[in-house]
Amino acid sequence: MPASCVTLLDRVIVSPMEKALKIENLHKSYAGVAAVKNLDLEIEQGEIFGLLGPNGAGKSTIINMISGVSVIDSGRISAFGYDNRSQYRQTRRMLGVVHQEIVIDNFFTIEQALKMHAGYYGVEDDEPWRNELIDRLDLRPHLDKVMIKLSGGMKRRFMIAKALIHRPRLLILDEPTAGVDVELRHGLWDFVREINQRGTTILLTTHYLEEAEEMCGRIAIMNYGELVALEPTRDLVRRLSRRTLRLWLTRALAAVPAGLDAYHPRINGDGRQLVLCLPTEQGVGDLLHRLSELHLGIDDFETDQSHLEDVFLQLTREDRKG
Amino acid sequence: MSQFRPQGEFKTWLPFVTLLRKEILRFMRVASQTLLTPIITASLYLFVFGATLGERISVLEGFSYAQFVIPGLILMGIINNSFANCSSSLFMSRYLGGIVDLLVTPVTPPQFIMAYTLAAMLRGLLVGAVTWMISALFAELPWVWPGLAVLMAMLASILFAQFGLIAAIFAKNFDTLSMYTNFLILPLVYLGGVFYPISILPQPWSQLSQLNPLFYLIDGFRHAILGVGDISFARAFGVSLLLAGGLFCWTAWLIGTGKRLRS
Repeated sequence: MPASCVTLLDRVIVSPMEKALKIENLHKSYAGVAAVKNLDLEIEQGEIFGLLGPNGAGKSTIINMISGVSVIDSGRISAFGYDNRSQYRQTRRMLGVVHQEIVIDNFFTIEQALKMHAGYYGVEDDEPWRNELIDRLDLRPHLDKVMIKLSGGMKRRFMIAKALIHRPRLLILDEPTAGVDVELRHGLWDFVREINQRGTTILLTTHYLEEAEEMCGRIAIMNYGELVALEPTRDLVRRLSRRTLRLWLTRALAAVPAGLDAYHPRINGDGRQLVLCLPTEQGVGDLLHRLSELHLGIDDFETDQSHLEDVFLQLTREDRKG
Repeated sequence: MSQFRPQGEFKTWLPFVTLLRKEILRFMRVASQTLLTPIITASLYLFVFGATLGERISVLEGFSYAQFVIPGLILMGIINNSFANCSSSLFMSRYLGGIVDLLVTPVTPPQFIMAYTLAAMLRGLLVGAVTWMISALFAELPWVWPGLAVLMAMLASILFAQFGLIAAIFAKNFDTLSMYTNFLILPLVYLGGVFYPISILPQPWSQLSQLNPLFYLIDGFRHAILGVGDISFARAFGVSLLLAGGLFCWTAWLIGTGKRLRS
């Protein structure tokens, strides 16, 4: 392709100050039912951002609107400062999307499809990068196979390679590990982390909440098309989680000792197990000291910190009740 | 080191070239279905009307029946295959979900339409060209205005490529898609003057046949090859051009707005 075919109109200039993704007052309905309600969301460059929510919360609808698969009813989406409707060519060149459903073209082999996909994005085949993706995603032994002959895990890996072939600045992963075995999942997340460290912003949805907790710096939780939480993962878990202190006592209790009401005490079993809830900001040492003042003999104890999964359930259940 | 591409490396026409190449590869990969089958069908028609019945029928003074029917058979191959290429490719993409692979890319609506149309034209014109070559075994055509004949053939393939895209966009399942072929294109082709000149029909059938858009394509194409037709070449070409333009505008609107492609 001659250099004259490179037009200035297509030039993308990305300021480091721009948000990787900015969603303003986004709304989408299907047959009169709101799937996404007036959503505002910003993702910084370089983040790994988790978009979580139960089935039907609107996550895939949001991703489809970002990537252009769905039409926006109202509101605005921009990526790196470019509007995804009026400047869709620039925006889409900066996005790589791994869809939840396996999308493949059975006519072509992995290698042909990867070269073709680079072309759709207007970039020539970059052999070293293509080879790196093929090797990192363990696709080399299957390069000459047509898609229909690939296993489910292989198809997932191919879809990730396909989404990265044009070197996007924002990689959108919609349930990329659904139906994928544990070993492959770990491998994929390691690769995603590495891609992120090299500068690509990541937006992911997953049902594996422990992975989201481990991977994502910030998390948004959606429910019924609405944002019910948006904050750094650690803050969210800390703010909403409860720590539990479980004590095995030297002698059975007939009743909860006075002065422990603030810890929501509960006596289990034969009276020798006392369960207390700790505010996240309070250390265990303080409470143990308080218990010794009450002359409670302690045989053993354990603490249990709730995780994102508990927070997620708490938020989505609360919202459902509300 | 940044893993992003240097700015300005984007090649505007590469998405179009890639999609066109993909569409051509797609039909070449299943050439036995997409090229061989229609060529065999056309050969059978040629054998029946050229070597057997054709000897006993005469519908146009100064020409054998084979000479009369061959232009219509060539155009029928072009029409059917241009339609089938666009309709099956786009509908399969919609049906299997592969269309999202295109919807998320910077391929523009004009590039999308051009790539699908050119691939369909190539398939249609290939089938037409081979049909013509085989027809040489049965009759020699005078090719009075070869340039105009090629122009009409291209117009027919453009028109039916657009129709194929529209059908693929509106079809809900394989049944509805095949209905376009079986209940619309096939009757229109058969009643549009492939096998007989509409001037031999009694009234009102002769007049009614002029409402058939296929009549203008077939008559114009035959006129350019044989030098005679039921209506003037200019009228046949003008109506065909208007139809192709109208369908192109409709396709452009559908693809541009993403109707039934983007949810």
